[in-house]
Amino acid sequence: MAGVIANLVMVDVDGPVSQNEICYIRLEKVKLMAEVIKFIGKRAYVQVFESTRGLRIGTPVEFTRGMLEVTLGPGILSKNYDGLQHDLNKMDGVFLKRGDYTFALDNEKNWSFKPLASEGDMVAAGDWLGEVDENFQPHKIMVPFKLEGRYKVKSLVAQGEYTINDTIAVLTDEKGNDTNVKMMQKWPVKIPIKTYKNKPRPFKLLETGVRTIDTLNPIVEGGTGFIPGPFGSGKTVLQHAISKQAEADIVVVAACGERANEVVEIFAEFPEIEDPHTGRKLMERTTIIANTSNMPVAAREASVYTAMTISEYYRSMGLRVLLLADSTSRWAQALREMSNRMEELPGPDAFPMDLPAIISNFYSRAGFVYLNNGKTGSITFIGTVSPAGGNLKEPVTESTKKAARCFYALSQQRADSKRYPAIDPIDSYSKYIEYPELQEYLKENVGEEWVNDVMIIKNILIRGKEASEQINILGDDGVPIGYHVDFWKAEVIDFVILQQDAFDKTDRLTPMKRQKSMLGKVLEVYRTEFEFGSFEEVNPYFKRIINEFKQMNYSEFESDTFGKHENELKKIIDEKKTA
Amino acid sequence: METKAFQKIYTKITQITKATCSLNAEGVGYEELASVNGRLAQVVKIQGESVTLQVFGGTEGIPSNAEVTFYGKPPTLKVGDDLRGRFFNSFGMPIDGGPEAEGEEREIGGPSVNPVRRKQPSELIATGIAGIDLNNTLVSGQKIPFFADPDQPFNQVMAMVALRAKCNTIILGGMGLTNDDYLYFKNVFDNAGVLDRIVSFVNTTEDPPVERLLVPDMALTAAEYFAVDKNEDVLVLLTDMTLYADALSIVSNRMDQIPSKDSMPGSLYSDLAKIYEKAVQFPEGGSITIIAVTTLSGGDITHAIPDNTGYITEGQLFLRRDTDIGKVIIDPFRSLSRLKQLVIGKKTREDHPQVMNTAVRLYADAANARTKLENGFDLTDYDERTLRFAREYSERLLAIDVNINTETMIKTGWELFGKHFRAEEVGIRAEFVEKYWPKDE
Repeated sequence: MAGVIANLVMVDVDGPVSQNEICYIRLEKVKLMAEVIKFIGKRAYVQVFESTRGLRIGTPVEFTRGMLEVTLGPGILSKNYDGLQHDLNKMDGVFLKRGDYTFALDNEKNWSFKPLASEGDMVAAGDWLGEVDENFQPHKIMVPFKLEGRYKVKSLVAQGEYTINDTIAVLTDEKGNDTNVKMMQKWPVKIPIKTYKNKPRPFKLLETGVRTIDTLNPIVEGGTGFIPGPFGSGKTVLQHAISKQAEADIVVVAACGERANEVVEIFAEFPEIEDPHTGRKLMERTTIIANTSNMPVAAREASVYTAMTISEYYRSMGLRVLLLADSTSRWAQALREMSNRMEELPGPDAFPMDLPAIISNFYSRAGFVYLNNGKTGSITFIGTVSPAGGNLKEPVTESTKKAARCFYALSQQRADSKRYPAIDPIDSYSKYIEYPELQEYLKENVGEEWVNDVMIIKNILIRGKEASEQINILGDDGVPIGYHVDFWKAEVIDFVILQQDAFDKTDRLTPMKRQKSMLGKVLEVYRTEFEFGSFEEVNPYFKRIINEFKQMNYSEFESDTFGKHENELKKIIDEKKTA
Repeated sequence: METKAFQKIYTKITQITKATCSLNAEGVGYEELASVNGRLAQVVKIQGESVTLQVFGGTEGIPSNAEVTFYGKPPTLKVGDDLRGRFFNSFGMPIDGGPEAEGEEREIGGPSVNPVRRKQPSELIATGIAGIDLNNTLVSGQKIPFFADPDQPFNQVMAMVALRAKCNTIILGGMGLTNDDYLYFKNVFDNAGVLDRIVSFVNTTEDPPVERLLVPDMALTAAEYFAVDKNEDVLVLLTDMTLYADALSIVSNRMDQIPSKDSMPGSLYSDLAKIYEKAVQFPEGGSITIIAVTTLSGGDITHAIPDNTGYITEGQLFLRRDTDIGKVIIDPFRSLSRLKQLVIGKKTREDHPQVMNTAVRLYADAANARTKLENGFDLTDYDERTLRFAREYSERLLAIDVNINTETMIKTGWELFGKHFRAEEVGIRAEFVEKYWPKDE
């Protein structure tokens, strides 16, 4: 070892070294993991995934020849990992210790294996050999991704109980060499797993139960989206809501450089909350990668790649994976800290020049795929961005905007007036709603008129905003009563569709059927012509309408209470309806 | 810290800047402490033989042949029960005339808590201030700063919160405190008779600014001792974190690092997070709660310091002068306690969340009405009522001189709704309205 500045360590090496190679620095009794990020002459620059306190010049460093890899196999679900896929639950003590590297899976556990292939089959990387039951999910055991070319299944074990270290199959390549296959395999995190046939444009709606997303700016299975917003605008609450409710088979949460207590909330709640779609506990389908803001910075960058690779692994099994990263800005900041220490020439706001490329590369790993056997799988990726000063013109937001197809802008103004979720309905967009594939899907599965209705809703919102601006400029009595009505019709949509109480047991999750029904009822109000004597009547009248609608949102769908408020609503509408 | 015998003394300094000096030395560990002509310094960079030291007291008057010795260890604090009632400087040396602290020596800035070993915070901290207890309830294990302009009484409010909160030990970390404020805290704690529950680490404006960098770690090492070893509920007060961040930027600047936004170092987020994330609820019962102060310039929260702080902390309490009532209030719009959902309506009355949200929304309506008024438009009857409501709400609930229990705050909320509005105007769940709407008498 030849030098140290914070977590950048310089090492003089006497053999070959490759970029992104992993090495271990010896410190007293432990070894600290580090990754090569630059090499000049005989000097390797490595970023250490731990605190470097106490490191001395001359300390020996061992190189491993391998890049940072994750261990893939049954047992990943419901685990809590750090950014390098070490099992946090296996570590002793309250505090994290340097160099405490625990194994990601369980060596001892027996899995009940059922073969899917048969001897003599020709297979390639990613093909299914068998399956085990992992938390009631069919976990496919695949031909290791690292194997190139085609193989013949020489032997495959019979149905039975095996551990991840048992050989379950022997494959023979074209030259006649045998390879033993276990249920566990390794894969470098920086390289995408591409064992699928093709990646079409995504077309299936992914229900999140959040009205302002599903109705106005829907995301699709295999889609990408991002949520930028200043602090306090509800990014994390929104992401948690999506992670709890979305119709996915597997949820991978990468808590990347954010608050530890937010992860603790997941730890505390997920084992208790039921998956609204299967009735099983949420934790059973979830894996958490926690690199909180006080954990080593370098591992933050690794954590999002670890999460993506695990997602790709489950996608290859034909599952629908939802990957959430909170927040990608912290990851970009980790890149910035390192680039700064290496004295690279900085780009905008001192971020590295290749930031946009790194971000779009990462987003491109998500997607909907057809596997070689014709089955489908998907990774839907939603990242949050924490723009400095809430300014959306900063490098991370701008780079992400180019890469992600859905944009959920959280507005400070909405957050201030407690209109949650604070997604701005006018600034936000979903490119998917323009896809004919998705429009077709929505027509078939939600309703013939659905897409048109959504467009009408968007127009009403824009018109409401214009009306409100006019009223503010000209005064309440300076505009025709119609302006007030337009404004309040938009407010009805805001209060009834857009606003949703993430902490209310009924309101927090709205299935598509209910969303459709509520949208219809709101449009009814919109299409009704009202007659008012003066503008002063408008505000209190619509407040009553909104109040009844809100009570409906708080009640069980189509229950007695729901019906009672609906009748009340009809009466109110009839009061002012133009004959 | 006394020098040990047989220590190697270096006398050849190769480079001196305003905050750092470099020399050639062997066998030095990263982040190790050193002494440069008696001034404390810490290793911040090693490159081959060359070691760069950050000199906490500044390098004024350091000669190129200064005597440098290395301690062979990072900064430490001796922890024990004797810390209570004492005042120390940034290095953990007494400034109250008492003897040096005795006890087990611990490295400051230690490792972080394993997230799976944390417990979800669930204990409410009552302060009697409705702007906090009703709208932004604090929970033990939380970290939250006051955002305030320098002219606002943040230290007074913080002292008040500290004294009313039920906790075993209070630790004060003062960074760049004026001597007057230091004496203020000392007097307040003394008068309240709680000096034996307090440990203070103080860096005043008279001390060199770079020394401040040690204060939060010192305070939190002491806090971890009481919370982990003694299972106590510890409250840590850090004032003023803006001055801490300023000191960070001085050092990074001297080390030729490329500044990011607002001339702050690119690592500001991680640096602040390392401190604030020490707030924790331990499974065995102890807890560390951090209440900090971040001073703003002209209320600008987009500056890098409050901005990064806001992303790290679990909310913020915003002080503002309400000209309507001429008092300082906790601004209901910009303040937020992220952990309040864990206790409100659970440890407090069921209607707490709805009363809180409704009152804030009506207060926002009043703000719109005021804008209308200022622009010279006529007000509707509803506007007039919101303005009357806002005034009373501000006076009876938001002002920082309020001291009532949470139940009374909620009742006051309903009383104000009943006085100024009709039930259908407030949009609260029907079952609560039936139960709590003030009945005409």
